[in-house]
Order: sequence, then structure tokens, then C-alpha cells
Amino acid sequence: MKGTIVTNEQVVPNLRRLVLEAPAIARRAKPGQFVILIPDAEGERIPFTLSDWDASEGTITIFYLEAGVSTMKLTRLKPSEAVHTLVGPLGKPTEIEKFGTVLLGGGCYGLGGIYPLARAFKEKGNKVIAILEARTSYLIYNEDRIRGVADEVIIATADGSRGVRGHVWEAIKILEDRGEKIDHAHFVGCTYMMMTSSRATQLAGIPTIVSLNALMVDGTGMCGCCRVIVGGETKFSCVDGPDFDGHLVDWENVFARAGAYVGEENLAYQFHQSRDDGAIKDDGCKNCGKEAV
Amino acid sequence: MGGKTLTAKERMAIPRAKMPEQNPAARAANFEEVPFGLTPEQAMLEAQRCIKCRNKPCIDGCPVGVHIPEFIALVAEGKFAEAAREIKETNVLPAVCGRVCPQEIQCEEACTLWKRFGGVSIGALERFVADYERNNNLVKIPKKASSTGKKVAVIGSGPSGLTVAGDLILKGHEVTVYEALHEPGGVLTYGIPEFRLPKKIVKAEISYMERLGVKFVMNVVVGLTTTVDELFDELGYNAVYIGVGAGLPRFMRIEGEDLNGVFSANEYLTRSNLMKGYLFPEYDSPLPPGRRVCVVGGGNVAMDSARTAKRLGADVTIVYRRAREQLPARGEEVHHAEEEGIEFKLLSNPVKLFGKNGRVVGMECIRMKLGEPDDSGRRRPIPIEGALFKIECDQVIMAIGSGANPVLTKTMKDLELNRWGYIEVDENNRTSMPMVWAGGDIVTGAATVILAMGAGRVAANSMHAELMGLPQPVTEES
Repeated sequence: MKGTIVTNEQVVPNLRRLVLEAPAIARRAKPGQFVILIPDAEGERIPFTLSDWDASEGTITIFYLEAGVSTMKLTRLKPSEAVHTLVGPLGKPTEIEKFGTVLLGGGCYGLGGIYPLARAFKEKGNKVIAILEARTSYLIYNEDRIRGVADEVIIATADGSRGVRGHVWEAIKILEDRGEKIDHAHFVGCTYMMMTSSRATQLAGIPTIVSLNALMVDGTGMCGCCRVIVGGETKFSCVDGPDFDGHLVDWENVFARAGAYVGEENLAYQFHQSRDDGAIKDDGCKNCGKEAV
Repeated sequence: MGGKTLTAKERMAIPRAKMPEQNPAARAANFEEVPFGLTPEQAMLEAQRCIKCRNKPCIDGCPVGVHIPEFIALVAEGKFAEAAREIKETNVLPAVCGRVCPQEIQCEEACTLWKRFGGVSIGALERFVADYERNNNLVKIPKKASSTGKKVAVIGSGPSGLTVAGDLILKGHEVTVYEALHEPGGVLTYGIPEFRLPKKIVKAEISYMERLGVKFVMNVVVGLTTTVDELFDELGYNAVYIGVGAGLPRFMRIEGEDLNGVFSANEYLTRSNLMKGYLFPEYDSPLPPGRRVCVVGGGNVAMDSARTAKRLGADVTIVYRRAREQLPARGEEVHHAEEEGIEFKLLSNPVKLFGKNGRVVGMECIRMKLGEPDDSGRRRPIPIEGALFKIECDQVIMAIGSGANPVLTKTMKDLELNRWGYIEVDENNRTSMPMVWAGGDIVTGAATVILAMGAGRVAANSMHAELMGLPQPVTEES
């Protein structure tokens, strides 16, 4: 059945690889596209970047960070169980052209997300340099697969435990210093990484695409939840993107919109955890002395 | 009273029935349906008001030509389930239409009694018999024509798609409906709120269609998951109907529209109706209650948004650029909204939204006056220079209409569109592509449930004729 879980495993702390049966999506998926899934009947519609697919097996792969209610629910799903809803592939595919040297930068779920890009850019005849960013050495994953298709892989860790100390933008500087001519850059990951990396390539004059990860509801252009400002114009990430020119994105707006529901997200997380722990029963309050109702 | 024959004069002396409703203060704090529906006694009495006039203008007033006097006569006799079946001959969604059709500009306005006595409450009767049949488990599956061996794909499970599916399944074709979202029903599910159209009714209508043999496939975005070409070439469909709705929200393109707290009505209503955001955190999709909400627009969608925001606890203001007489919403909806305490700022148009820390905190509007009539026949709103004023608000809902969503149409190179991106069709709802029909909002732009159903009816007749090698039906250009 579509949406059945084949694999749901932790690859590095708190970050998981999910392989789902989805023959119709696997058949049409292209690099840069995403899917929307709903974990269970009460769940929300959440977009995930497609990190791999296998048309013959009829499966797709996504990576996710457990960061809230929806991903907590995903973590609990076991093989042979199914997600409530799975739809895709959505969004415009990335334009894969022969640019010359292509720089890919990934962080967080983007270490998964840049793999199909690396593969496609390589197949198109580009030289592919991939920068993999993480807070620390043991949070790097998917490295072997990316090494399998990229010409060069640079590791960047915030604590300097492996490779370049710092972020993607710092690794870009090193490439510049050694005189590497980069013709095209593409970043997938957290907003902060995509913004700082785009600033670095802007200074260096490298055309840059970012795969934005806006909040979405329907994912087909119907609701406008995922709007972003690019070059002064409002665009919908789900149908006009998710790829946009990293030098034209209004990053302040992207940050603000990403945080639109932070309060609700925390509340929902606590609500579910306390309910799961059985702690929702009222024991009164030890601090103020309020008695149980 | 059943068998007694009344004179026309006696019939006209019966006061027009009105459905009892939840009182405004109570209902403004819950999502339960507003009217309770007629009692059997009320329905039979109201049915007596039909004077059985010869020319039956009500039928002409109905976009799908429901046999109105016939079903009303059955109601008068107390044959409620039979009355429901009579409606279902021409309308697959009576419980829905009884609730959301604008009867006051259709069948009821056409009723001979309309001017002097108020038309027969056809909508309330339709709703009553459909509910009666369903609640008493009297729904029967009608006999289908023998299988034609033809396969039809319907894209979109809204009112027009459901009409096509319902008509063609009865004519013996094999019908599959493809839906992009995870629940069927289109606007009936994501757009119209629970308090106006309970979702259990939509579910019951869909399950009736399933029992007729219609197959529903969710989570398929035709244009992305598959294409119309594949439907024909790989899946072997003989005909395709496109009923995907308008589905592209309009914004005003004013400063501040990308602030948090600013929603399209589509987003706001989808979060509430489809995603059940009003039940957060039991359901995961957030729909934070506003404190002061401004809804921009004056149509039914604006009323639905405003009344939803009200139920979540907000003080709500509708900001509309024309005057009260020009409000495009149904009178009943405006009336309900006013009763529930929603404020109307008429002849006002937003020019700018103010934000603080990325969140909307206010709106600047300009006062308008009415000038000469425009293309729509309504008097054109003109800004009064310098007449600016501010409204404080923490949420803004833009309910100013929809455009054509291009996700499907842009993948169909041979499909002719008009300059706004809507699909061009002939009087039988045929598109420029062979064996492809279209109808509903993706042809006309945003309209009503029943007009979409009317288009579905026309298309279904044409599709049936084409599939069976019969001459095309003669349809008047509307």
C-alpha cells in the first residue's frame, strides 16, 4: 500500500531516515521536489524534501529531524505501518543544467536533500563539490552516498571536531582562497545556513539557488500559507518553488514566517507528551498548593 | 392534514415556515449547525403551501432542474423518503444543496408565491427530506444502467465532479474520482464551515456515491502525481472531466500582506474545516484564535471566515469596499453574521497593513464612495482622497476571491484557456481537447456549489452521448 513504512531508522542522534512505499511518487520524482505527508488521522500536512527514490522498488526516502509533534509521531511508526496521507511529488523540479563546477551545501535534513542534486548535476557533466555541515562530527550522515557521486566532499563542523571549523559559508571561503572557480551553488537545509551561504556566494558573484522549507497546508497553490518574498514579489513556495534565487529571497520574512506558530508548536508538543506520559491527570500544584480538581 | 385538498386561498393563508435556529449568542461560541431543520409536521404544512401552478417556474429557477413540485407533493403526503428519491433523480447532493444553495435567487425567487407571500421554503424542504432519508436509514441505491464498458476519470471531488460521477455511474459507466487532498468533497470539505454544512453530511453523500460504485482515489495531484495523458494512455480512460475548482487565492498586493497573522480565506478555512484547527491541540494543525480579526471582502467566503473567527473567540470586523446593497454574500449569511455580532465596515478598503516583530498589528483603510456602475453592474467604489483611518487587529483574512490554479492546466499543452487561465469550453462543457470536459469554478471562476453542479450535469449528458456514439445534446448557451 502507498505510504507503508519500509524503514524508519535513526541515522545520527535525533535525525531519522524514512523509506516509504510510494510507487506513483517514485516513478515521477525529480531532484528538488518534495512530498507532503500526514502522520496520523489528527495530524497536520507537512512537507519533506525528497532525498532519494527508487522507481523499480517503488520507494521514496526522506530524512527528518524530530522537532515537534508531527515528527514525534513519525518516529513512532514502525515498518509495515503506514502514514495517514502521502502525496507528491510536489513543487517544481530543480533545473539541472551543465554549469561547470557546481557547489552543493547541505545541513540537517539537507544532507539527505543534496544527494539527488549531486547525482543529477554529476550525471549532467558538472564537477560537483559538496559541503556537508553539522554541529559536530557525529552528526554527519549520508556522507558515503554523496561521496559516491560528488567529485569532492568537504565536511564543516561548528565545533571543529572534523574538517573545517565553522559553517558552509566558511568552507566556501576556503574554496575561494584556493582559487576554485564555482559556476553555480545550491543550498538545502536550515534557513540560517541557506541565508549565510547565499550571502557568501553573493559576495563571490556565484549564482545561487536555495530550496526553501516554508510552512505549508495543501502544497498545491491553493492556500498561500507558504508565501515568500523573492525579488520584491510574493511567491508560493509550493508551486513557484521550492527553489528560488538565494540572492533575491527576503530572509527576514522567511525567518518570521517560519516562526509563525512556534508558541502553538510548543504547546502541542507538551500536550501530546503529557498525555502520552499519563501526566495530564490533575495532581494539583506543589508550588502554589492548588488542590486537584 | 395529509389527504385533505386545500383551495389555493387556504394554501396561501399558511404562514411560510422558518427553521428554528440556535440562538446567536450560543452559536457564536460553537461549531454546531445554525438551523435545526424542519419537523415532519412543519414540513408537511409548508408543502401544503405549494399551489401546484401549471408552469412550474421553480424548476426553471433550478440550475439542475430538480422536480420541485413533484417532490413537494410527496412531502405533503408524508412520503418523505420518496420525496428524497424524487430529488435524487436530478440532484445527487440534496442534503448539501438544501443547505448551501442560494434558493432566494433561484427556485424560491421563481416561485409564483414569492412576491406576495414569500416563496415555498423549497430549500428547507429539500434539506428536511434528505436528512429524513439519511437519518432513518432509508437511503436506497437506485438501479444502474447495465455496464457500458466505458471508463471515466473525474479530476476533483467537489460539487461538479461529484455530479458528473453520480450521473455517469447511473448511466452504466465505470467512474473514478481523483482528489488532490486527503479527504473528498472539495470546497464542501475544505471551504464551507461545519456550522453551515456539517462534514458528516458530506461524508454521507460521498459514501452514497461509493455505494453507487464510484471509486475515489485521494492524494493524487493530476499534473504532478500523474497527467491527463497518462489517464488516457496508460490507465485506459475513455473520457476525462476536469472539475478542479479555482483554487488560487487572491491577495491585494498591499504592503504588509506577508506578515504573520495574514491569511487567505482559503488557508484560514482549510485550517479550520479540513485540518480541524479549531480543535487544536487535539488536532495538530494550529489555528490560533485572533483577538481582533479583520476579514476583507463581502462574499459568502468572507462571511464564513468571519463567523469562524468569531467562534474562535475574536471580535470580528468585515471590511468591504462597496455598500451594504452590493455585498455579494447571501442575505441569510449577512443576517446570520450580524446576529452573531460581526461588525461591518462598509465603503472601506485596506491600503496597508502594519506589523510588529513580523506579526500584523493593524490595518490602514481608505473610505470609499460609490460612482457609476462598472462591468458587473454594481456601482464602482472610488477612494475618497485623504480619508484614511486605522483599525487595530492581530489577524487579517483576505477573502477577495480566487483565480485559476495552473498546476493541472499548465501540463496540458493542447488545452485552450482564456486570458485569466480558466478553461475554455463550449455549450456542452467540452474543452479544446478531444474527450476532455471541464466545469465548475475552473471554467467560470469562483461561483456557487449549484452552478458547478449544473455544469457537471451538462457535461455528464454530453460525455454520455459521446461515449455511446449518440448525437450531442442540444444545450442552450447560458
